[in-house]
Amino acid sequence: MNLSDTPQGLRQKLVVVGNGMAGVRAVEELLKLAPDLYDITIFGAEPHPNYNRILLSPVLAGEQTIDQIILNPLSWYAEQGITLHTGHTVVHIDRVTRQVHARTPDGGLMQVPYDRLLLATGSLPFIPPMPGNKLQGVIAYRDIADTQAMIDAAARYQHAVVIGGGLLGLEAANGLMLRGMQVTVVHLAPWLMERQLDDTAGKMLQQALESRGLKFMLGAQTQQLVGGPDGRVLAVQFKDGSEIPADLVVMAAGIRPNTTLAESCGVHVNRGIVVSDTLQTITDPRIYAVGECAAHRGIAYGLVAPLFEQGKVCATHLAQFGIGRYTGSLTSTKLKVTGIDLFSAGQFQGGEGTEQIVMSDPASGVYKKLVIQGDKLVGACLYGDTVDGSWYFKLLRDGRPIGDIRDKLMFGESNIGDVGHQGHNKAAAMADSDEVCGCNGVNKGSICKAIRDKGLFTLEDVRKHTKASASCGSCTGLVEQLLMVTAGGDYSAAPRKKALCGCTDASHEEVRAAIRQPLADGSKLLTVGGVFSHLGWRTPNGCSSCRPAVNYYLISTWPKEARDDPQSRLINERSHANIQKDGSYSVIPRMWGGETTAAELRRIADVVDKYQIPTVKVTGGQRIDLLGVKKEDLVNVWRDIGMPSGHAYAKALRTVKTCVGSEWCRMGTQDSTQMGKDLERAMWRMYAPHKVKFAVSGCPRNCAEAGIKDVGIIGVDSGWEMYVAGNGGIKTEVAHFFTKLKTAEEVLEYTGAFCELYRQEGWYLERTVHFVNRVGLDYVKRRILDDHDGRQALWAQLQFALDGEPDPWFEFDKAAVDTRQFIPLQPA
Amino acid sequence: MPAWIPICSVDDILPLGSRRVARPKGLPVALFRDAGHQVHALLDRCPHKGGPLSQGLVMDDAVACPLHNWVIQFSDGRARAPDEGGTPVFACKVEQGQVYLDADELATLALDLTAPLAGPCQRLHAAA
Repeated sequence: MNLSDTPQGLRQKLVVVGNGMAGVRAVEELLKLAPDLYDITIFGAEPHPNYNRILLSPVLAGEQTIDQIILNPLSWYAEQGITLHTGHTVVHIDRVTRQVHARTPDGGLMQVPYDRLLLATGSLPFIPPMPGNKLQGVIAYRDIADTQAMIDAAARYQHAVVIGGGLLGLEAANGLMLRGMQVTVVHLAPWLMERQLDDTAGKMLQQALESRGLKFMLGAQTQQLVGGPDGRVLAVQFKDGSEIPADLVVMAAGIRPNTTLAESCGVHVNRGIVVSDTLQTITDPRIYAVGECAAHRGIAYGLVAPLFEQGKVCATHLAQFGIGRYTGSLTSTKLKVTGIDLFSAGQFQGGEGTEQIVMSDPASGVYKKLVIQGDKLVGACLYGDTVDGSWYFKLLRDGRPIGDIRDKLMFGESNIGDVGHQGHNKAAAMADSDEVCGCNGVNKGSICKAIRDKGLFTLEDVRKHTKASASCGSCTGLVEQLLMVTAGGDYSAAPRKKALCGCTDASHEEVRAAIRQPLADGSKLLTVGGVFSHLGWRTPNGCSSCRPAVNYYLISTWPKEARDDPQSRLINERSHANIQKDGSYSVIPRMWGGETTAAELRRIADVVDKYQIPTVKVTGGQRIDLLGVKKEDLVNVWRDIGMPSGHAYAKALRTVKTCVGSEWCRMGTQDSTQMGKDLERAMWRMYAPHKVKFAVSGCPRNCAEAGIKDVGIIGVDSGWEMYVAGNGGIKTEVAHFFTKLKTAEEVLEYTGAFCELYRQEGWYLERTVHFVNRVGLDYVKRRILDDHDGRQALWAQLQFALDGEPDPWFEFDKAAVDTRQFIPLQPA
Repeated sequence: MPAWIPICSVDDILPLGSRRVARPKGLPVALFRDAGHQVHALLDRCPHKGGPLSQGLVMDDAVACPLHNWVIQFSDGRARAPDEGGTPVFACKVEQGQVYLDADELATLALDLTAPLAGPCQRLHAAA
């Protein structure tokens, strides 16, 4: 039976308790996967449709209106065929008969049956037990009604007291102050936001907020709230007997998962409704829970990104796909007070066995602390300049060794060779026309517009819609700041591992490992389809992201055994030429070491005339590029030129750029041209995770620009210096000095071993610069420099893989080139 | 009634592969074969920047454009969200291993759509 054709009435019944961001997001994800599987009913206690709760602070501050923060208008529910009951409180769940009992706004009772139940009841504010906490004018800060009550109070009263100097309390205080009230924040701990900031950053934050007019009482213990004869709060009294006036008291002492309903029907609760990795309650598999009410592996998340992540996984199970696991999120913190930038993540307080790198510049209001344990970054606390927050967060999450960049760590990603965002570090201060993403030419205005118009919440969403930060990623911090300012997304919460693409939950690492590991019966995974079925791919035949990656992993792991699948390669590697914007191709013949002859040049010239090739250009890698070749002509052009493929279209060894060297140059110390030719002949046809470029210079003047190549070799009087992982592209990075070598044989061996390590352990589309950044230069040195047998084995493996590899311009059968592609079909 | 004319055998197209069908007038039509024996036909032109879809990577129900990786669905020629736009779909059937297109559509459909230009001819174009 085709599920999408299930007629109404025969469908299963899904009831959602909670009309907030987590529950509705899960429903949205479900509708994407299986639009007609369920009749859906949603109960919401508030009278509103789903709105963006995180943006209540900007509403309170008068920067946005309620209408602007509505995420799903009532019309959306109608269009999706969802029955929405706003203002209804669910009072009982009968798990035996599978009925939900709810109280209607007029006090009546109603029952709705369910097949599947999703609890998304969110959280409740914690009201400290103290005398007077039920007085008029004492409110929590949780929903639209609270926000409206504060706005109304601000219009009529003067003195506000906020109890709690955490994230929510400070946002409330800031909003009330902007609405003209005199606000005092009462906080038990010795500094503000003590769970997110260390004392220095907390005090800097306090100063900044004081200069805006907020008052603080830290370490203050509230005794009781004093009421007036009219029943409204009048003052806050402390343990020492002192009092301060208060016409409005906002309780912001924390939140608790709202689990009353779940408990009442016997669903296990422990600091939240306990759920498995599939977001099913451990008590009743028909009942799911997502969002702030759910406790996953002991954690109840209060940030948006984890909730959305949960919603996505929950939806795949509701849709009966039975795939996807939620394995938890790492979170970080930011404050939504305009003009104040702070960021913290991980063990920002430090602690035993940790070291700290601290930069403090109080005059300019900047403070940064990085916490390091062993050779890993384990925590960060930033105040005043948070643009590198996302980078630190990534280092923290990936657990990458930072030994080799430790000295530059404090100065941010832009100091390890990154350009792209032109040094901006405060997105809020940028003009709409300022460019945020230099790679894709996206300015601030268009990013903010997309976030608002399309309702984007996550970095991934913004990348998909605007392409901003989707290339080199160096503007990620700015884009995240924009998300924060515009949508309030707590963007930097991220799943612990990144899936290869939407077709799977497996990461690059897991796919590589699965391919390397022989199966139980001793056989190997050798085909793309085999990998897909072994790892439970969601799509039968993958997509343009995973198929090329998996094909590469197969042929690099099992050379001579796994067969290359041209249909899993992108067009350039299928047609062995580089597609241009008009659908024509460019052809770059191989010229060993960049040296050519009159005969070759004559043949090239004749081909240009014969096939009327419009453009001939010398490339940056010292080769000749013929541009605008028709696909029909490719085979003949290759044949007539009679030179090997230059692989300038492939994720493979491209050119070896050389200087003239000692054969001619009066400065030359080594024969760099010969060295370049030898390297190129030894390693051409080498497929790799991404393109690979070498250069060889004959002396330290380095005319071949070896410092920005994947492998750069520089001749010195006593031999050769080897540099690795340089890059001249989007992320300009100077290559690291790797080692000094004596002979040309050693240059071949060490270069080959480095390339083979990259081929075996790099992730598809990861350049050597990113590979070495990920695994650390120290690791590469251990594998290549310290482990002599290992190095020789790697070099032997590369030679084995390349032995007998065909030239795809001539050996069509062996290279599996489907020549039919070159000739268009003619209808009869 | 469509005026079916034979184009090629299904086996002239690799599984998860594609072919171009030239037309006397107008851009070529791209044929896509799924992993089995179904064939779909779209105008060989991505709605984004006019890339030749026949050169794309073929998936089960869509093709990824070779220029900027927009994903175009076979069923309706629409770009997969968040991208927007569409390319004309041509009627196509497979009978006993033979692929057929509609001669009327080949002769008349989407003749006004052109391919993008590249190279020196753009300058001449701009000057004209």
